[in-house]
Amino acid sequence: MSPPESPTLSEYRRREQSITLSPLEQPLEGGSELTDELLTLNFGPHHPATHGVLRLLVTLEAEVVRDVKPIVGYVHTGIEKTAEDKAYWKVIPVVERMDYLSYYFNAMAYVGAVEQLLEVEVPTRAQYLRVIHLELNRIASHLIWLGTSALDLGSTSIFLYCLRERELILDLFEMSSGARMHTRYFQVGGVAEDIPAGFEAKLREFLAIMPKRADEYGAILNANEIVLQRLRGTCPLDAETLLSLGVTGPLLRAAGNPWDLRKAAPYSSYEHFDFKIPVGTVGDNYDRYAVRLAEIYESVKIVAQALDGLPEGPYITGDRKVALPPRHELATSMEALIHHFKLVTEGFRVPPGEVYYPIESPRGELACFVRSDGSSKPARVHMRDPSFVNLQALAPMSRGSYIADMIATTAMLDPILGGIDR
Amino acid sequence: MPDATGLELIAHELGEAVVETVYFRERATLRIDPATIRATLQHLRGKGYAFLASVHGVDYYPEEPRLGVHYELLDMAKVDRITVKLRVSLDAPAVDSVTDQWPTANHQEREIYDMFGVVFDGHPDLRRILMPEDYEGHPQRRDFPVGGEPVIFTYDEAKWLESRA
Repeated sequence: MSPPESPTLSEYRRREQSITLSPLEQPLEGGSELTDELLTLNFGPHHPATHGVLRLLVTLEAEVVRDVKPIVGYVHTGIEKTAEDKAYWKVIPVVERMDYLSYYFNAMAYVGAVEQLLEVEVPTRAQYLRVIHLELNRIASHLIWLGTSALDLGSTSIFLYCLRERELILDLFEMSSGARMHTRYFQVGGVAEDIPAGFEAKLREFLAIMPKRADEYGAILNANEIVLQRLRGTCPLDAETLLSLGVTGPLLRAAGNPWDLRKAAPYSSYEHFDFKIPVGTVGDNYDRYAVRLAEIYESVKIVAQALDGLPEGPYITGDRKVALPPRHELATSMEALIHHFKLVTEGFRVPPGEVYYPIESPRGELACFVRSDGSSKPARVHMRDPSFVNLQALAPMSRGSYIADMIATTAMLDPILGGIDR
Repeated sequence: MPDATGLELIAHELGEAVVETVYFRERATLRIDPATIRATLQHLRGKGYAFLASVHGVDYYPEEPRLGVHYELLDMAKVDRITVKLRVSLDAPAVDSVTDQWPTANHQEREIYDMFGVVFDGHPDLRRILMPEDYEGHPQRRDFPVGGEPVIFTYDEAKWLESRA
C-alpha cells in the first residue's frame, strides 16, 4: 500500500516510501498457496553478523535460504573521486581508508601503481620493510576476522584473545610510523622512515609469541563442537564456480586452488622468502577458517625471514624528484630546498599512462588502477577490491542452506564494507 | 606478459576488432571496437585468458569518445595478464554485458553504470549499486563537481523544501 500523498514530503521521501520489495519475491514451486510461502527477510544493514553496514535481502523457505541479494553502498565515501583532486602523494592516506583492516595493502597497491608509472626503483631495504609491515598487517587483519567470526559462531572468548595479539601488532606499527592505524608508512619510492631502535627486539618478541597463540586459537576452536558443526561441510563451493565469480584469496585457496600472487607473480621481493601456501580440500566453511588460520603461521615465517635478511641501505629512493630530501640537507643545500618546496606545494608529475597493479591482500587480489594525464594529480584511481568481488559468491554459497549457515558463510567470506563501498 | 610481439600476434588473430595496441610498462593492452567485446573476450578465453580479474570504468574527458571500460584478463596457468579496453561516447554509452559468461562482471558493471553511466545491454539487474537509487548524475565523471550536496534528515525536511520553493 502506498502512503497518502503529502505536500510536506520531499520528492526523496516520496520515492523512498514508494519502494516495494514485492518484485524480489519469488513464487514457491509445487507448494500450496495457503500453507507455503516464501519469506523475504531484511537482514542488516545494522547487524553485528554482517561485519559492517551490509544489507542482505534473504528469501527464505522456512529456515532454508533460497536467495540472497546483497545491498551495499551505505558507507560509500567517494574515495576514488576524492583521489582525483589530490596530488599523488596526498592520495596515499585516503586510499588507506578504503579497506580499513588492511591499510598497508591499499597503500602498497597504490604506491606500486604510481611507482610503475614513474619507473622508480625501490631500494631492497624498503621492499623488505614493506614486506614486514604487509605481513604483520595480514596477521592483524586475520585476527580481526577470526575474533569477529568466532563471535558469530558462538565462541566469545576468542575475540578478546585475538584483539590482545592485534594490540601487539598495532604497537609495532606505532613504533615504526607513529600511528596505529592508517599509518601512511608507505611512500612512493620506499617507506617514510627507517624502523627505530628497539623495533627489531619487540618484533622478535612478537614473532616468538604469535605461533603459540595461534596454536591456542586452534586448540580452542577445533575442540568447540558448536563451531565445528557450524563450519564443517557447510556451504561449500567448488573452485571453478569461484573463479567464474572472480573470487581470489583464502576463499579460492580453501577450494584447493593454490593461487597466490605472492608466489605466482612476486612483487616487493616476495620471491626471496620461503613460505607455503595453505590450501583446503572441499572448500567448505571449515576449510576457509583453516586456511586463514594457517596463513598466520606463514606470515610469521615471512616476517622472521625479512627481519633476518633485512639488507642495509636507504629506506627510500634517492630520486629527489619523487621523495623528500632528508631533513639535514635542507639547511645546507639550496637544491634540496627547491626539491622540498616543489614536492610539498605541487607534488611530483607522473608521465601519462595507465597501470593496473595487483597484489595479494588478506582477502584476495587487490589491485589499483591509476591513470595519469601527465599532471601532478591522478586522472583516475580505481581499487579492484576483493571484498566487493567476493561478495557475489555469497548467494551461490548459501543457497539451499539454513540461515544459520549463511551467517557462518558471511563470516568466512570476510567482507570489509569500507572496501566494498569505497 | 605477452611481449610486444605476442600482443601483435593476438591483435592479428582478432583482425578488424582491434583499434589499437599499446605496450606500456611491460603490460599489453588491446583497444577494441565496443561492438566486438563479447567475441574478443571469448577468443581470449580460448587462448587461456579465462579469469576476468577486473572490470572498471574511466572517463577520458575531454577526449572523445569519452567513456572507457577496461577488462583485466588473467591467464592463471601462464601467469600472464592482458587488458582489453574500449571507448564509447556520451551520446550512445552502450556496451554488451558479459555477465552471463563472466558472472564476476555483475557487480562491477553495475558500478560502472552507477559511476559513469555506461549502459550494459543484457545485464540481468542493471541498477545503481553504490549511490542511492534515486541519485541523479554519474559522480565519477570528470565534469561532475565535488561536494555541495544537501543531506535531508526528517527534522530539516520542511526547511529544505522551503528553500527549494
